[in-house]
Amino acid sequence: MSDASASRSEILSAVRNRHVPAAALPDLTGAWITFPDRAAHFAETLRSVGGTCVDVAGIEELRVALQSLEPVAAAKKVYSALPEAAPSTFDMAQVADPHALDDADVAIARGEFAVAENGAVWVTDANLKHRVILFIAQHLVLVVPRNQIVNNMHEAYARLRFDGPGYGLFLSGPSKTADIEQSLVIGAHGPRSLTVYLLDGSA
Amino acid sequence: MIERMQVGLFIPCYIDQFYPQVGLATVEVLERQGVEVDFPAAQTCCGQPLANTGCLEDARPLARNFFNIFQKYEYVVCPSGSCTAMVRHHYEQFFPGDHDFEEFSHRVFELCEFLTDVLHVERIDGKFPHRVGLHQSCHGLRELRLAKSSELVAESFNKAQKLLGSLEGIEFSELTRSDECCGFGGTFAVAEEAVSCMMGRDRIFDHERAGTQVLTALDMSCLMHLDGLLRRDKKTMRVMHVAEILAGREV
Amino acid sequence: MPTPHAVRAARFVADSDRAHWHDQALWFVRVKRDRMAQSLPEWEALRETAAGIKAHTLSRLGDFLEQFEERAIALGARVHWARDAAEHNAIVLSILESHDVKKVVKSKSMLTEECHLNPFLERHEIEVVDTDLGERIVQLAGEPPSHIVLPAIHKKKEDVGEIFHRFLKTEAGASDPKYLTEAARQHLREKFLASDAGITGVNFAVAETGGFVVCTNEGNADLGVSLPKLHIACMGIEKLIPRAADLGVFLRLLARSATGQPITTYSSHFHGPAAGGELHIVLVDNGRSKILESEEFRRSLNCIRCGACMNTCPVYRRSGGHSYDATVPGPIGSILGPARDAKKYAGLPHACSLCGSCTDVCPVKIDLHYQLLTWRGEIGRRGLLPWSKTIPMKLLAFVLKRPWLYALAGRIARRVLPLVPRWLLYNRLNDWGRQRELPQIPKHSFREIYERRQRQSQ
Repeated sequence: MSDASASRSEILSAVRNRHVPAAALPDLTGAWITFPDRAAHFAETLRSVGGTCVDVAGIEELRVALQSLEPVAAAKKVYSALPEAAPSTFDMAQVADPHALDDADVAIARGEFAVAENGAVWVTDANLKHRVILFIAQHLVLVVPRNQIVNNMHEAYARLRFDGPGYGLFLSGPSKTADIEQSLVIGAHGPRSLTVYLLDGSA
Repeated sequence: MIERMQVGLFIPCYIDQFYPQVGLATVEVLERQGVEVDFPAAQTCCGQPLANTGCLEDARPLARNFFNIFQKYEYVVCPSGSCTAMVRHHYEQFFPGDHDFEEFSHRVFELCEFLTDVLHVERIDGKFPHRVGLHQSCHGLRELRLAKSSELVAESFNKAQKLLGSLEGIEFSELTRSDECCGFGGTFAVAEEAVSCMMGRDRIFDHERAGTQVLTALDMSCLMHLDGLLRRDKKTMRVMHVAEILAGREV
Repeated sequence: MPTPHAVRAARFVADSDRAHWHDQALWFVRVKRDRMAQSLPEWEALRETAAGIKAHTLSRLGDFLEQFEERAIALGARVHWARDAAEHNAIVLSILESHDVKKVVKSKSMLTEECHLNPFLERHEIEVVDTDLGERIVQLAGEPPSHIVLPAIHKKKEDVGEIFHRFLKTEAGASDPKYLTEAARQHLREKFLASDAGITGVNFAVAETGGFVVCTNEGNADLGVSLPKLHIACMGIEKLIPRAADLGVFLRLLARSATGQPITTYSSHFHGPAAGGELHIVLVDNGRSKILESEEFRRSLNCIRCGACMNTCPVYRRSGGHSYDATVPGPIGSILGPARDAKKYAGLPHACSLCGSCTDVCPVKIDLHYQLLTWRGEIGRRGLLPWSKTIPMKLLAFVLKRPWLYALAGRIARRVLPLVPRWLLYNRLNDWGRQRELPQIPKHSFREIYERRQRQSQ
């Protein structure tokens, strides 16, 4: 332990002993990009990164849309955070070990808000027992209120608070790689598809 | 009588020795704008090859000489972006805190920027009925900012192209890589010979594809390298310094 | 005497088709980057802001490190400090051993590459699997990554097919990227499920919150740390930024600069361990505080490892990442390398034509080509230049300091050179003339002609 604290103080004093000139922390207000139709730009950007964006007018329309969504229709094992729109095929509360989710076909989760400039959706594990479901399922569906789309990442961070333990991510499109000769392949380790439903009306 | 503006002509050593016609073209272009040109014979080289190799102590006396020779001129003009950049951007280390030098360094100009920024030349009379490939020599581009580099997000401009474009009959090649380095890079051309030549041939290929008949640049050093490859490969593309074209030289 | 880089580069260039393929593949990434940058009118303001945030952070790095540590501990993480690579590796090993870990999955981390963590853990009988596809490819091939974002960019799909055939039993001769990626998915899924711990790097650590962000496209970092209970995040001390809101600036720049995407697929924000899990954060110096000291090179600590300087570098694209023989290759690597070991990497600042494209492309405004030039002078000052460079330069300086001698030497050369037979002129030592003609020698120099012209006009 004494060695560990020695390293700490040595590093801290090393960086403090350097005479680095003072520099002001920049203000983050700026003429950042905005879009006349945020939902349209979000949908277009999401498409460009391999995802699909669908508008639905309400829960009932979402329910119908999910029924006919190919991965859901074909799925044996589905986790749904929106039972009112699609049922789970198992009880997540009963899953003790996240490894047991390896055979999940579809995960349906809520996204808090979306970002128009980059097609990302902010998702947290606040109501997820095992966050791995977002990555281990073969297909992912996110449901985001249509009135919760910000223009850019500055607006996104203005909404976020990190004042306690937690996990959240900006998720933009399905898992992908271009590590073999720069050819884009969808479905690297995580979901092979991402469908985002922009839900009108209720949040 | 209006007193004529007098400029000190700074001719890079390799232009002096190998490409005298470029120096002469520079003189003519300036004189046609009513400028009185003086070439101080005590000049040799700005020291860039030494400094870029890392031999700063060897470069220092050359920088001193340069300053002593050219300090007296209202303006110093040079037909090379790279040598101009050496003085304007890299001499400061040899003159720390020297306000005279600092003031002087702002009076040193590459030929085209002198024409557009100091003399405010809008057009050059003459014709050049050829398809021209303008090679963006790197130091003029990214240190002197004689044009917008492709990396930056800003309004497009190009000082040399503006001047060339006013010549009758001139056409410009559209390149796939608008401002990639030709691979000269001073001693790099020899130290990294394999990469340097590949870079040069790739540029030439891009120009061939775009139909370039005359390859031009603000730096004869880039053109010396590219011309060396063109002649070895027995290609018909010709190289000419921008000053030669502006002076109305024939291909 | 060519530098080690020049020798390896010449070997890479010798296979012209492959070198051109490599060049084109990376240029394509540069083009995608341009498209993304051009789509944001505020691009230059973003770069300026990012550089400003980094400058501020570096000016108060000690405070931010302490603040980060305090908040991270409050969130339930354990924070470790490592002065160098050896200490970093020992810390990681001791954490793994105390949890009886035998199998680890690791997402991309240039820091653990820099510390050579994999071979160290393997020597202690811990299996480490790199889960980024590109990293897995080079790991199986027994090579270091050749690019910090695209680790296997030097491999053709046929090469990958061969490696996978050997190790993953894919069909012989199969080279379809889709098929190969699917095979890797199956293979790595097993590794994810079998791992006892996940190691990740850190893209940004936020001082005010004690959290950090990891960016991937594949989802491998998230998958790797959300199955096992133990997550170890390794980061260089320069990864800090003051505020969570600063992430907005950096996440807008990172993926656009790196691969021309609007954002990485996964930008995961970790604040404390997962419920029931354990999170360790290892803060590593390993030479960074030394770089911080130097006025000239401090800005290199701005680097967010996007790789844009590599993609744009005309030398890197044609010489391949391995020609640099350094953990981080390319322009930024040629600055960081000599900072680590000036003697070993003395040649790297010369593997550069000083075109400056890296400086203009860098999202955090590192003045890369100026720093490379400064390194050349520094290497000269430390007496690390080879005589094959210093002697000719001394001779040249001797001549150039004497205008009469310079003029005389020129006159003699112009007389003599045209008389030298071609076979003698284009000799073995004439590196210029191997593939290029020398300039055609004029009869008179400019100064001679000018003098005559002046005399005539008087």
